[in-house]
Amino acid sequence: MSAMTGRIAYREHGGWGVGYLALVGLLGALVVAGLGGAYVMETEGHWVSGMSHRIVWGTPHVAAVFLIVAASGALNVASLSSVFGRALYQPLARLSGVLAISLLAGGLAVLVLDLGRPDRLIVAMTFYNFKSIFAWNIFLYTGFFAVAIVYLWMMMENRMNRFSKPAGVFAFLWRLVLTTGTGSIFGFLVARQAYDTAVMAPMFVAMSLAFGHAIFLLVVLAAAAGTGRPLGDEIVRRLKNLLGIFLAATLYFVAVQHLTNLYIAERRGIERFLLADGGVHTWLFWVGHVALGCLVPIALIFSPATAGSRRAAALAAALAVLGGIAQIYVIVIGGQAYPMVLVPGMEVTGSVLDSGIAAYAPSVYEIALGLGGVGIALLMVTFAVKVLPILPETLADAPPEKA
Amino acid sequence: MTALADGGLARASCECTPSGVTRTTMELSRRELMRGAAGAVLTFTIAPGVTLLVGSGLAAAGLTPPPLNIRREDSLAAARPPGTAVSPKTRWGILIDLAKYADVGDAAVTACRNEHGWTGHGRPATDPQWIRNVTVRDPKTGASRVLPVFCQHCENPPCVDVCPTGASFRRADGIVLVDKHTCIGCRYCMMACPFGVRFFVHENVTGQKPHSPRGKGTVESCNLCVHRLDANKSPACVEATNRAKPGTMIFGDLNDPNSEIARAVGQHVVLRLRAELGLDQGVLYKGLTQ
Repeated sequence: MSAMTGRIAYREHGGWGVGYLALVGLLGALVVAGLGGAYVMETEGHWVSGMSHRIVWGTPHVAAVFLIVAASGALNVASLSSVFGRALYQPLARLSGVLAISLLAGGLAVLVLDLGRPDRLIVAMTFYNFKSIFAWNIFLYTGFFAVAIVYLWMMMENRMNRFSKPAGVFAFLWRLVLTTGTGSIFGFLVARQAYDTAVMAPMFVAMSLAFGHAIFLLVVLAAAAGTGRPLGDEIVRRLKNLLGIFLAATLYFVAVQHLTNLYIAERRGIERFLLADGGVHTWLFWVGHVALGCLVPIALIFSPATAGSRRAAALAAALAVLGGIAQIYVIVIGGQAYPMVLVPGMEVTGSVLDSGIAAYAPSVYEIALGLGGVGIALLMVTFAVKVLPILPETLADAPPEKA
Repeated sequence: MTALADGGLARASCECTPSGVTRTTMELSRRELMRGAAGAVLTFTIAPGVTLLVGSGLAAAGLTPPPLNIRREDSLAAARPPGTAVSPKTRWGILIDLAKYADVGDAAVTACRNEHGWTGHGRPATDPQWIRNVTVRDPKTGASRVLPVFCQHCENPPCVDVCPTGASFRRADGIVLVDKHTCIGCRYCMMACPFGVRFFVHENVTGQKPHSPRGKGTVESCNLCVHRLDANKSPACVEATNRAKPGTMIFGDLNDPNSEIARAVGQHVVLRLRAELGLDQGVLYKGLTQ
């Protein structure tokens, strides 16, 4: 069965091939592992995880923040089509919306399942402290679901197509606020030298554009290959070039953040830790995030030698995803590992809560929960491709044929 | 504490158990009641701790209708003594003389642990430490001091600001508490607290004290021995340290100029931890930099 919108023909993935079933099985296994990890942490208590009173938020939060931030960016292509009128991206707008919803669902699932009392989700939905940016984010996240679903409906229902632009504009603004809110979760932490900066908000916006776009590019490449649909070089070239710009924007904000902190004397300790003495955090920052996550992908994208290579584009996107995870790991874990100032100018000893760098080794349960979120997100997309007409029949460079 | 804040025409008081169950009572004088009877007065309980009082009779009685959302700190305020509301005119505080504290060892920690029943499992990174002793040392001079660190009961508590459900709240008399019924265990308050004095309950708890409920998956911290305060007793740490060395901790009402703590604060240089954050803590230290 296929659905027509204008001159673009969409078609569900029809086959039940071994590859599709294997993918569903793999993603399903990740989901089961994630649920298992959450179950163990909830029944035994979080002491079985690597988290502690010092590392309050751990690997599940790295995964959750990454997926939520990426969800916003996954909507880039739909926004480019609806808001900025780029017709080239219109065939992929539906997939963009579905991916955004799926990534958000995966991220929120991880966030909720890591709560100390996930059974009190109804409390989180009924008791609000409106001074809390976290409370605002609950609205922003749940609202994003509604906004993105309505937007998707406007795009997929012919009679509603005329509303897709205003819906797209609303969704675009919503996701900017959403990532601003997510960044502000850290930016508003006045007590911690690693955070407490307004640049967190725009930095998270840039990160969302990059991470979500990278995942989207990978999903498009995989979906086209997996469903046997033609994919033109032009759309790949445009998508990867955009990724390069978003990665450069991310680097810009990261540079602004650290250069600003280096000028603040009281923050030189945390900066020295993250940028020079922080062991795994320093490695993840320079090698994982800056080099492999940004500079190498940018080189792969814009270097004449690799600019035309689809494999190079896929590698750049994959590196951007891994680099993004490394970046959020450094922000979330590295930012907590360095001890907070208790008495300015004084050394503090005598308690593991105050002295030294906090140790953290993610437990298998945390990793499983984080991967479970990835599994939920990708399983939703895989299922959606099967049952909904969200993938165009062709993405060849030539304009799609009229039906 | 008054829920109807208009010149004392009405008196309202709230009582709560340590577990947070709230009972709100309103007392109107006969004259006020008669005036109020001129119009219908309807009272709805919207949610636990939130009461909506409507009716033209309120205006006729010269009463200002209460706000729709009564502040949680009001609704959860405990009576002290029973039947009397907690007053926002009171600001509980502790002044710690660090010169004397050096001689009391773990008295405060032990007293707190015994009072509230928090125990460790040999895992310092995840065991609760409602109060802990730390050593601060000036790296330039080598001078050092031991000081107890526990919830600082801030006037402007970041933990309360960031709590998404309002489970972290500040009682009218300045005590910062956690409502164990609405804490979802997100730990954002732990991220926000500058002093590292909030603790996530990482494992099952046993041997709980009825006056100090705890629960796996929720956050807890020093509650200034609110149950003792409401029984007109000072916090356990204060009692224990002063027994070991008189005058180590002065507990009292910072807002009462005649209280011992207010007079001591007026006579000595006292410091707050991370004073630059402007949190205006109720816990003050004397001798931190001497």
